Amino acid sequence: MRKLSLAFSVAALSAVAGPALAADLTVSVEIPRLTGASYHRPYVAVWIERADNTAVRTLAVWYQQTANQEGDGKDWLKDMRTWWRRGGRTLALPAEGISSATKAPGRHAFTVPGARLRDLPAGDYVMVVEAARELGGREAVRVPFRWGGANTARAAGSTELGAVSVTVTR
Amino acid sequence: MKKSLAILAALATLALPMSAQAHRAWLAPSATVLSGTEAWVGFDAGMSNGVFIADHAAMNLAGLVIIAPDGSTLAPENLHRARYRSTFDVRLTQSGTYRVANVMGGVIVSYKQGGETKRWRGAEADMAANIPADATEVTATRSASRIETFVTLGAPSVAALAPTGEGMELVPVSHPNDLVSGEAATFKLLRDGEPATGLAVTIARGGSRYRDNPEEITVTTGADGAFTVTWPEPGMYWMNASVRGEASGDQLAYSAQYNGVVEVLP
Repeated sequence: MRKLSLAFSVAALSAVAGPALAADLTVSVEIPRLTGASYHRPYVAVWIERADNTAVRTLAVWYQQTANQEGDGKDWLKDMRTWWRRGGRTLALPAEGISSATKAPGRHAFTVPGARLRDLPAGDYVMVVEAARELGGREAVRVPFRWGGANTARAAGSTELGAVSVTVTR
Repeated sequence: MKKSLAILAALATLALPMSAQAHRAWLAPSATVLSGTEAWVGFDAGMSNGVFIADHAAMNLAGLVIIAPDGSTLAPENLHRARYRSTFDVRLTQSGTYRVANVMGGVIVSYKQGGETKRWRGAEADMAANIPADATEVTATRSASRIETFVTLGAPSVAALAPTGEGMELVPVSHPNDLVSGEAATFKLLRDGEPATGLAVTIARGGSRYRDNPEEITVTTGADGAFTVTWPEPGMYWMNASVRGEASGDQLAYSAQYNGVVEVLP
């Protein structure tokens, strides 16, 4: 009990101090290796939501940034349906620090410098990672995490995504 | 660059089987089971990743063959080519089952002439006259593609379903217009009239936009070319199989593809 209250007070303290200290936030996303006749790398969007499902900010969008004879890579951004509705459709892409090419199966981590999130109030949020694949399925994984104090949160997908973790330093 | 684009464009209009490998070709009826003395059925034909979702390319219907229950051929009505789908109507006036198919065949030849890679596509009989004498690295592939569906006015019949013996064809064991969710259905695949054995058949249900999992089924044809599927849900289903073979002796290399659409009712 005593320990718990101590932990609480530390959390409360860092909740106030955290953002000011410009904590960094690292997201790790595992893209599973899938077997199939025609595998295409998934489109992936990563964004922060509040507990009530309102979007705060898109952190990353991995998509085909070029056009080919099939069309412009932006044509399929809408297949990340949840992200598209909650912010994708009003975001101008490419966006510096957000857009990148699709990724091969494996574990991919990226860190968002605290400076980019300094206007984010401390509190409880959900990191959402959504993947959609051509001739494949769609999956969104939700990872509740706390901004304002060091913590690591994990979750995992079952079809289009593997392990997802969110680490807040300080 | 310009040249390769021109080749791509030519292939897109001519070589249906080749573009169908990248995208799924589907010929979808507005209804498959009809009653009354006559009826109209509309058809959509396109190529796209999501079956029946017209968002990529309209189908070239140059090979459209509509066979009536009595074996006669019918002409389509109200044929129209839109940006992403071709459409037409068929007026059903006879009782029984109609086979509606877009059948393409021919030879695709690639060769080198003066260091340049060239392609020719046409009938096998015209091949010799159209390939230059100084062509090198000539590879010819006999290609056949059948994209079809079935509709029935009144009771199902089988006369229109008789195989032609050319390309890949579906022979009904279960009738393609008598399919019910939860029941098993069996069909046979033939290539040039012979059982197509050991082929993977991909079965995809429409409406993929409204679910997260594609829920595709893969079955394999047995020694008699037959495959069996138990329909998990009602819906419009797309069935695909393709096969390729190397040239041997005086036989050209070949590629054959089948795309069929059937409706499964509750």
